[in-house]
Amino acid sequence: MFRDIFNYTLIASTIRLSTPLILAALGGLYSERGGVINIALEGIMLAGAFTAATVTVYTGDPWIGVLAAMGAGLLVAALHGLATINYRADQVVSGMAINILFLGVPALLSGALFESTGATPQLPRDQVLPDLRIFNPQSFPKLASIFNQKPLVYLALLLVAVTAYVLYRTRFGLRLRAVGENPEAADTAGVSVMKIRYAGVLISGALAALGGAYLSIGQNSLFTRNMTAGRGFIALAALIFGRWDPVGAMLACLFFGFAEAIAIRMQGTVNIPNQFIQMTPYVLTMVVLAGLIRRAIPPRSLGIAYVKE
Amino acid sequence: MKTLLRELIFPLVAVLAAFIIGGVIVLAIGDSPFEVYRILISSAFGLFDALGNFTYDNWGYTLFYATPLIFTGLAVAVAFKCGLLNIGVEGQLYVGAFAAAWIGISFTKLPGMVLVPMAIFAAIVAGAAWGAIPGLLKARFGSHEVINTIMLNFIAIGLVSYLTQNHYKVRGDPIMQTVPIAEQAHIARFRTLLAPFGLDFPQRIPLNISFLLALLACFLVWVFLWRTKWGYEIRAVGSNPSAAEYGGISVQRQIVLAMVVSGALAGMVGINEVLGYRYRYYHDFSPGYGFAGIAVALLGRNHPVGVLLAAILFGALNRGGLFVDIFTAKVSKDLVQVLQAIIILFVAMEVLFRSALARFIPALSKR
Repeated sequence: MFRDIFNYTLIASTIRLSTPLILAALGGLYSERGGVINIALEGIMLAGAFTAATVTVYTGDPWIGVLAAMGAGLLVAALHGLATINYRADQVVSGMAINILFLGVPALLSGALFESTGATPQLPRDQVLPDLRIFNPQSFPKLASIFNQKPLVYLALLLVAVTAYVLYRTRFGLRLRAVGENPEAADTAGVSVMKIRYAGVLISGALAALGGAYLSIGQNSLFTRNMTAGRGFIALAALIFGRWDPVGAMLACLFFGFAEAIAIRMQGTVNIPNQFIQMTPYVLTMVVLAGLIRRAIPPRSLGIAYVKE
Repeated sequence: MKTLLRELIFPLVAVLAAFIIGGVIVLAIGDSPFEVYRILISSAFGLFDALGNFTYDNWGYTLFYATPLIFTGLAVAVAFKCGLLNIGVEGQLYVGAFAAAWIGISFTKLPGMVLVPMAIFAAIVAGAAWGAIPGLLKARFGSHEVINTIMLNFIAIGLVSYLTQNHYKVRGDPIMQTVPIAEQAHIARFRTLLAPFGLDFPQRIPLNISFLLALLACFLVWVFLWRTKWGYEIRAVGSNPSAAEYGGISVQRQIVLAMVVSGALAGMVGINEVLGYRYRYYHDFSPGYGFAGIAVALLGRNHPVGVLLAAILFGALNRGGLFVDIFTAKVSKDLVQVLQAIIILFVAMEVLFRSALARFIPALSKR
């Protein structure tokens, strides 16, 4: 029974399940390191997932779907930016509103476009994002099942490295962090707090939407109502668990993806209730946030609107 | 008078703006906004049905849908007054509902006189306890209540789902719900309350005593916040924590107190849901009452009277949405959720409205 759960397919499904989390968590990182709380990740993922599926239905090309999803993510993020950066709306409230908005919008539009109650039509197999063929499944079935993944899986891992570089080694990264820690000082030094924060929020939207697209036209072949099922919030948890660091967040996502993979595989086989395994990421995040393991300290100006004197 | 105008005008403009944007969306989808809003309003407030006969249905259901939103709106408002954003109302109401059901299932031998108060008490205490956790974590470790309450929502739902599935379900029932509660634990519906007055309120409308309890809660929250020392201290912490601390108020204690009261109010949703409506715990029953509570509190400007009015508005939208779903070609009830979200966004962006309105009404520019 132990070997039924812990085998190479567990590794494969951990990678698959972690990918949307990694993309969304990286997105959250750009926004939050710049000082803007982004609990709208969930809503942006939904917007991305729905747009990707819908555009693919009409164009037949999943890559156009992916691009459209990123466009949608940028638009939704711009709304969050407008509300919080320009009009100083409470960042949490604005994020919450966006989450509620994108429970409603896809359902409303799918009704109008496809006469369904919240789902898009099923895509044929050749219109879903293809797997990369790194190993021949006939000769190396195990390696193939682990490494033959969607290109977005590798993109997500690549983006972790890129983000680490951007954040710690570039002028933009330095400014982003400065704006998140001490916007007054950054402003005095001639950095436009508004522009940098907008940049962070917009990147955040594009990445979270990419995570959503992976769900609808990568892992699945259609959009269904509320298909993110809290993944935006798990990504946020992973971001905190990884202490707002790209590599830390990735490791947390892999761990949470692993927990989800185990929970799925344990269904009906082991006597530990599924619900308790699914709860672990949430409990751990609370523990870390309280500083009981390794304290997670948020960017100092996170959540505070900046008013230029 | 000027203050009243100031308090009312922003919420009203926000609602109006949301309805206009909603109308544009309806138009884009391909239905008539006027028709949609006519259906929405008549099915939520109309006193007569399509045949011109008097009906209790519209108002009855609107108030029934408003009941949980009054509780969740008050819950969010109390926390807001202390400067806390309780996104955990959703989890707190699940815990409260399950606790009420648990009492109703477990103590079937007790008479209703004892069982009902016990179940109500359990819902309140469970909600309060679940609310206390993020309060204590914030007070003790300074960890942000928003993240903790989001996490606790998932934990609460997981926990009650586990309990329902593994311990309190009818064997073989495909629906995630507990066994029914004892019959004497049911609370009276409006039919029973209005019958002595010769009014024939239909039994099928689940409007029940909880609505009156919600009105009472509005009054008690007002007394608590504006007429007691505790309420004063909570508001002091909410408006300026360092000044409150300097004035000798324990910020930590007020944070915990506000979250406990907030959670207790959230838990009271369970009274309506379990004791007055379904007579059992039904999993996933909340269509986001806790999150709608944020909208209700914001729109009601964190005042019990405002919360009551906003809850009735949202109750009406929920009721009307069902009819829009049925009687229009393309628009579904999801329009309501979209309207709700736009209202929250607009209310949150008060700066935008203040500067726009101040041009027309100079009195509004001063705060």
